[in-house]
Amino acid sequence: MRPLDEAETTAVFEKLFKFTGNNLKNIVENPSHEGPDPNPGRYCFRLHKNRVYYVSESLVKRATNIARPKLVSLGTCIGKFTHGGKFHLTIQALSLVAANARHKVWIKPTSEMSFLYGNHVLKGGLGRITDSIAPGDGVVVYSMSDVPLGFGVAAKSMQDCRKLDPNGIVVLHQSDIGEYLRMEDEL
Amino acid sequence: MAPVVLNKKRGKKWQKPPLEKKQRKNDPFVEKRSKTEEISNDSDSDIENEEVKDPQEFEDEGEESGSDTGSELLSDGDDPLADDFLRGSDDEEKGRDSDSGSDSDSDSDSDVSDIEKKSRAIDEERAREKEEALEEMQLNIREESDEFRLPTKEEIEEEKQQPPDLPNLQRRIKEIVRVLSNFKDLSQKGTSRKEYVQQLKLDLGSYYGYNEFLIGALVEMFPPVELMELIESFEKPRPICLRTNTLKTRRRDLADVLINRGVNLDPLSKWSKVGLVVYDSQVPIGATPEYMAGFYMLQSASSFLPVMALAPQEKERVIDMAAAPGGKTTYIAALMKNTGLIYANEMKASRLKSLTANLHRMGVTNTIVCNYDGNELPKVLGLNTVDRVLLDAPCSGTGVISKDESVKTSKSLEDIQKCSYLQKQLILAAIDMVDANSKSGGYIVYSTCSIMVTENEAVIDYALKKRDVKLVPCGLDFGRQGFVRFREHRFHPSLEKTRRFYPHVHNMDGFFVAKLKKMSNSKKTSAGPQPSETVEQQTPESNVSNGDKKTEENSEQVLMKKATTKAKDLKKKTSGLAENGNVESPSNEKRRKKRKFPSREEISKVREEKRKTLREKVSSKKAGSKDKGNEK
Repeated sequence: MRPLDEAETTAVFEKLFKFTGNNLKNIVENPSHEGPDPNPGRYCFRLHKNRVYYVSESLVKRATNIARPKLVSLGTCIGKFTHGGKFHLTIQALSLVAANARHKVWIKPTSEMSFLYGNHVLKGGLGRITDSIAPGDGVVVYSMSDVPLGFGVAAKSMQDCRKLDPNGIVVLHQSDIGEYLRMEDEL
Repeated sequence: MAPVVLNKKRGKKWQKPPLEKKQRKNDPFVEKRSKTEEISNDSDSDIENEEVKDPQEFEDEGEESGSDTGSELLSDGDDPLADDFLRGSDDEEKGRDSDSGSDSDSDSDSDVSDIEKKSRAIDEERAREKEEALEEMQLNIREESDEFRLPTKEEIEEEKQQPPDLPNLQRRIKEIVRVLSNFKDLSQKGTSRKEYVQQLKLDLGSYYGYNEFLIGALVEMFPPVELMELIESFEKPRPICLRTNTLKTRRRDLADVLINRGVNLDPLSKWSKVGLVVYDSQVPIGATPEYMAGFYMLQSASSFLPVMALAPQEKERVIDMAAAPGGKTTYIAALMKNTGLIYANEMKASRLKSLTANLHRMGVTNTIVCNYDGNELPKVLGLNTVDRVLLDAPCSGTGVISKDESVKTSKSLEDIQKCSYLQKQLILAAIDMVDANSKSGGYIVYSTCSIMVTENEAVIDYALKKRDVKLVPCGLDFGRQGFVRFREHRFHPSLEKTRRFYPHVHNMDGFFVAKLKKMSNSKKTSAGPQPSETVEQQTPESNVSNGDKKTEENSEQVLMKKATTKAKDLKKKTSGLAENGNVESPSNEKRRKKRKFPSREEISKVREEKRKTLREKVSSKKAGSKDKGNEK
């Protein structure tokens, strides 16, 4: 387990910025109540076995005496680095991202299950959508009962969405909570 | 029905008005058609009287009559006799009203007597027959029970050669249980209780599929009737339960959402505020969007118990020594509201995936997951460092036979003893990690999903002898108390504070829970043979995460040489050191960190280069494989 270096930090923050925009500082400066210390500490990012973890400082301190091969997970894993060096956000980052998301999309109950199987969000399944979405923005997908289901990338801007036919793709699927069941081993 | 029939027989005598009254008494009339002369009531006799007499008389009377219709119907066409018959029957019956008698008398005095006698005779005969029949029946019953005897050796050998005769086995099992429950009266002379029990074991083993060891163990623990209940309950599955994740939702809201999806559920019991039991469901309960969003966890009801007993507080340090698949760990985190710190340890690497997945799914952020053998944990995490420990020990699984039938045949005495040895080691490790002087804690909860005494009470007794701990009430009052003595074992009397749960009593898996409080950080140094002490783990003084080895050895020797008087000194030292342990570590670190690390920029440059080379390798590999593919 080690802290991220410059290149890695930029990669991670870039991805997060797509979803949160200026709320990124909320993520970094969130006071954390974890750990047995009475005062809230801060969160930090750590890299361990190509996975990036978002952990409270007090946890990090106390995990240092666990040997590297034996340490499995800390706090919340938010993503992993691939062999090629690229950073992908995984579904475990959902709670963090959803809390600070700028662009949100609500989908109808009928197309919930389709999204949870890994399909993209079609225009016909769209319930509500926040304003000013540009193509390529990170979008968090919610169900109509405000339960976060996953996240993805916007395919088109708001205005273009209106012109689309009902089978057009609005949000490209990146990650959804169905992965906990489908791909438990790969998380 | 009966009145109509009689009407036809009696012909013109009958008119409609009687029918009206009879309709009231239709039911008792029809019911009591059978011969129950002696047993009939006032009402029964009165009905008959009414029907047989003239309509005028009938209307005079206001009473109900009895059930001698049986006799009436038999005397088909005996209209003139009918009256006398009834009168005869009237005389025989008990407690009938005088009115009916007087009315009947008024009509037909004269030619009654002979017929009366005849009817009486017939009635008496019938009465006798009935009594004899009853006696015979009772005699038969008694004879049958006396006749139950254990099969002889030849019969047993015959049975072995044939395929097992299940109904016969079941009948024999029931008979033996009945005999054993009332041994004095029902047993055969000359056969001892042991022989009955032996035959019962064989039969139960072959009928339900248990091996000899396990059925023997169960027979030793329970009386025969309860044993049958237990074994029957092991055949059926326990209801599916789920636990609301209070970090994300409330039980009421979750129940509403699930009911809308078509799940039939109820709150679990009054002892749990987060449990729900699922009766049936239209959607797969483990794949709803709510499950995937981490609103609930599928967990058996018995798994709630150790965490409820542990009762972790906020901002505490807790260790879960055998955490996978994570149901209990997530419950602990929910109770602590994601504050404090949890170390979730799991020895088997294959189960770690599901543990981490569950933790992330349920939104737990205060957990560190590691992959150690439980015995090594004190060396890694330090002695006397945490507030609470939960040890859900690996066990033989005899309490969850309803989930896993292979346990019936695969467990032998050696397996149980191996489990017991491992559990004893683990519980000592658990006790050593807890800080007795912690402000809010100092508790260890030991639980197993087994009902064997060797794995439960024996392990706790061992811990009580080896460490300075004591049992405290778990807070789970609806369970059964643990055994204080069992066959040749005599345990510490405080073991009554432990709790046992059984499927046939509590409708949850067989379970055992014990809560220990650590009184002090010392280990009990006995005056007995010193070598046995060396086998045990390190001394309380060393805070091992950064302790020097030399001091460890020295202190061990010190302990060894001196007697219990030194234990008091040790106590002081440990309490001092426990606080200073953290202070020590940075100084130790400083001593070791003599070499200088290269600066951050240099490190990042090196890493970039490594990554580039990796990318080139990857791309060259891909090119290489493409070439190969083209060649082929």
